[in-house]
Amino acid sequence: MAHKFEKIFAANIDKLAEITEFVEECADHFGLEAKQKFGLLVALEEAFVNICSYAYPNHDGMVEFACDADADADSFVMEISDSGSPFNVLSLPDPDISMDIEDRDIGGLGVYFIRRMTDKVSYRRKNDQNVLKLVLNRTS
Amino acid sequence: MRNVALTRLSHFIKFLTITYMTIEIKKESAALVVKVAGRLDAVTAPEYEKKVNELIADGEINFVVDFEQLEYISSAGLRALLATAKRIKGKSGKILLANIKGGVKEVFDISGFGTIFPMHDSVASALSASV
Repeated sequence: MAHKFEKIFAANIDKLAEITEFVEECADHFGLEAKQKFGLLVALEEAFVNICSYAYPNHDGMVEFACDADADADSFVMEISDSGSPFNVLSLPDPDISMDIEDRDIGGLGVYFIRRMTDKVSYRRKNDQNVLKLVLNRTS
Repeated sequence: MRNVALTRLSHFIKFLTITYMTIEIKKESAALVVKVAGRLDAVTAPEYEKKVNELIADGEINFVVDFEQLEYISSAGLRALLATAKRIKGKSGKILLANIKGGVKEVFDISGFGTIFPMHDSVASALSASV
């Protein structure tokens, strides 16, 4: 039986701990391996921080997290949706990670982590929402 | 009734462990050892940066940051580390990292931070390199 977890939070950085707890619960239900879970938590923080910073410049807004965490599925899927103006976080370029500490601008590091910590990531606009979909494949 | 209270308490404790970051400072002759435990994320990283900036303002320039008990780090944590490192470098000081492991190490490796920060297997090794 498919198991779907959904929860809506205020797009406020103070909610990070609650969101982390919720996503950990989904990951544990699926049985995500520890290393992947760590990566998932980093990816979700980066996505969430981005929404908190840019999605709602003039008013408060919400973020919805929806997980497909079926215990016998091949992959763990999480969708993060916001109602801000259209913005594809994946359109940001990766940072130059070979640069020296002095010259380094690490603005693009967040999206780089989102890409590297997941097996597949995609963006779409749906029902006037930005939807970021993260997929992590079961490794064992 | 009592069970409900206990359940709530355990939820609260779990919640605390998720948000938690602690910083312990120990003065050694070669450097100041800053032990960061818990999470270095978008919420806690500014606290870390503030604390280290205070120490720099107090005249400290040589740091060993001990990540033995660091469970989690994101780009916000790296950003705070980088900001303090630049400040320390500006004062001709040194910041060395010790005990980076597990998922935290992966974040360092993926980001390239592993090559820009000198990393040591132990605080003792970092301290002897600080002299």
